[in-house]
Amino acid sequence: MAQRIMSVEHINVYYGAIHAIKDVSFDVDEGEIVALIGANGAGKSTTLKTLSGLLRSTTGAIEFMGEDIMHTMPDVLVGKGLAHVPEGRRVFQQMTVEENLEMGAYTRPNSEIAPGLERVYAHFPRLKERRGQVSGTLSGGEQQMLAMGRALMSSPKLLMLDEPSMGLAPLLIEQIFQIVQELHAAGTTILLVEQNAQMALSIASRAYVMETGRVTLSGTGAELLDNDEVRKAYLGGN
Amino acid sequence: MSVFLQYLANGLTMGSVYAIIALGYTMVYGIAKMLNFAHGDVIMIGAYISFCVTSYLELPAIVSVLAAVAVCTALGILIEGLAYKPLRQAGPLAVLITAIGVSYFLQNAAQLIWGATPKNFTSIVSFPVPEGLRAYNVSAVGIVTVVACLVIMAGLMWFTGRTKMGKAMRACSEDKAAAQLMGINVNRTISMTFAIGSALAAIAGVLLCSYSPVLQPTTGSMPGIKAFTAAVFGGIGSIPGAFVGGILLGIIEAMAQAYISTSLANSIVFGVLIVVLLVKPAGLFGKYVPEKV
Repeated sequence: MAQRIMSVEHINVYYGAIHAIKDVSFDVDEGEIVALIGANGAGKSTTLKTLSGLLRSTTGAIEFMGEDIMHTMPDVLVGKGLAHVPEGRRVFQQMTVEENLEMGAYTRPNSEIAPGLERVYAHFPRLKERRGQVSGTLSGGEQQMLAMGRALMSSPKLLMLDEPSMGLAPLLIEQIFQIVQELHAAGTTILLVEQNAQMALSIASRAYVMETGRVTLSGTGAELLDNDEVRKAYLGGN
Repeated sequence: MSVFLQYLANGLTMGSVYAIIALGYTMVYGIAKMLNFAHGDVIMIGAYISFCVTSYLELPAIVSVLAAVAVCTALGILIEGLAYKPLRQAGPLAVLITAIGVSYFLQNAAQLIWGATPKNFTSIVSFPVPEGLRAYNVSAVGIVTVVACLVIMAGLMWFTGRTKMGKAMRACSEDKAAAQLMGINVNRTISMTFAIGSALAAIAGVLLCSYSPVLQPTTGSMPGIKAFTAAVFGGIGSIPGAFVGGILLGIIEAMAQAYISTSLANSIVFGVLIVVLLVKPAGLFGKYVPEKV
């Protein structure tokens, strides 16, 4: 049986008086692509932020590689192998592409930077072409590639992607999902948050559907693609 | 002509002091996004430490500089940890008012410890200046100050551009949450920035009092405000901006004192600032990086 990478049990998260995450539980095993899908405001991004330590759950348990991380600081978690590509990319606009990638390897010894860069440039040849360019001048798709490459520089055991398709043209979305599958094939375990349910479910090993802060459905990607409720609500089918 | 060059030498010396202070201001503003109004008073503490070590302990000048740097570095980290860190989530106004409070606290603490009577600071540098330069009123302190300023600026450019810690500071200055997601400890980085800024303040304090030897608890406030002006003038957050802003401010001040009026010099300096900001609101080196979202 594959090793459990992330286990989340009964977490609750509040923004002041707003109860954003309600008793959410799920898990991710080694070698999987797990997708969290759902409408805008369902609590998907909040869930990821709670896993990476930017927000805190008031109840339950979060374990990463068998270790309790409920109170671990975000910067410490990166060193433990948890990488989070945040919503909206958040690349360092005034730094060059290569400097951004170096920042991704902040927790790694300097000797790993060169092989890391080589690995990332192999997945994203475009970034190699633009290595000296200031990141603020990249296109949206290139910034998404940079954000993903930057996260890979930390050699993560789990890569969490928050809405990688947001704001991108359909062709670019396909390209990004292609890369996600490549990364997966190369051995990276992935937790994917997406509004684009069709794309996410088609590549996911398993998926969870979130609605107004709760997990309402779960199953394999194929099962959910066939599920009537999911088709009606998220896939525009009937 | 020789009179003009004398004024220029004076302007360059004071300008270099302003630049060293402004570099500290701009580093802290760039990373912590706050105006540390107590920065000028850390300068004064640095000068007092140097004064005590040379006058009371009678140790060599270089030891006094190292002591001033060590004490101010620790003081900077302490101020940040006690006064500013608890306000990390608070609005900028609360932080600003706290900084003003810290400034008065340091002035009054200095008055309690060392008294309000001005001390006569003995210059820590003395070496024979070549004949040719002495004709233009160039002093040993002046030479050391200009060289120190250039070395510090180059050092900071190298640090922020080439080292891992320096790049992490730039990352924090842009986006603290994203920096955390890279594994950067943001609190430690901010603390480090205050340490660097305060170490620079100590050096500035010793050089300032070596050039103009009256040391009292308010010694740091006016140079502090002018250096802040210099940092804004050059484009706050920018290292070359702080350097150029400081030097220009010193020269404008010296020329205004020499050719217009001693009592109007400050008004002219701040007048120039206003004109520059009207024309270039982000300062001379203010950053306008095109951003695609």
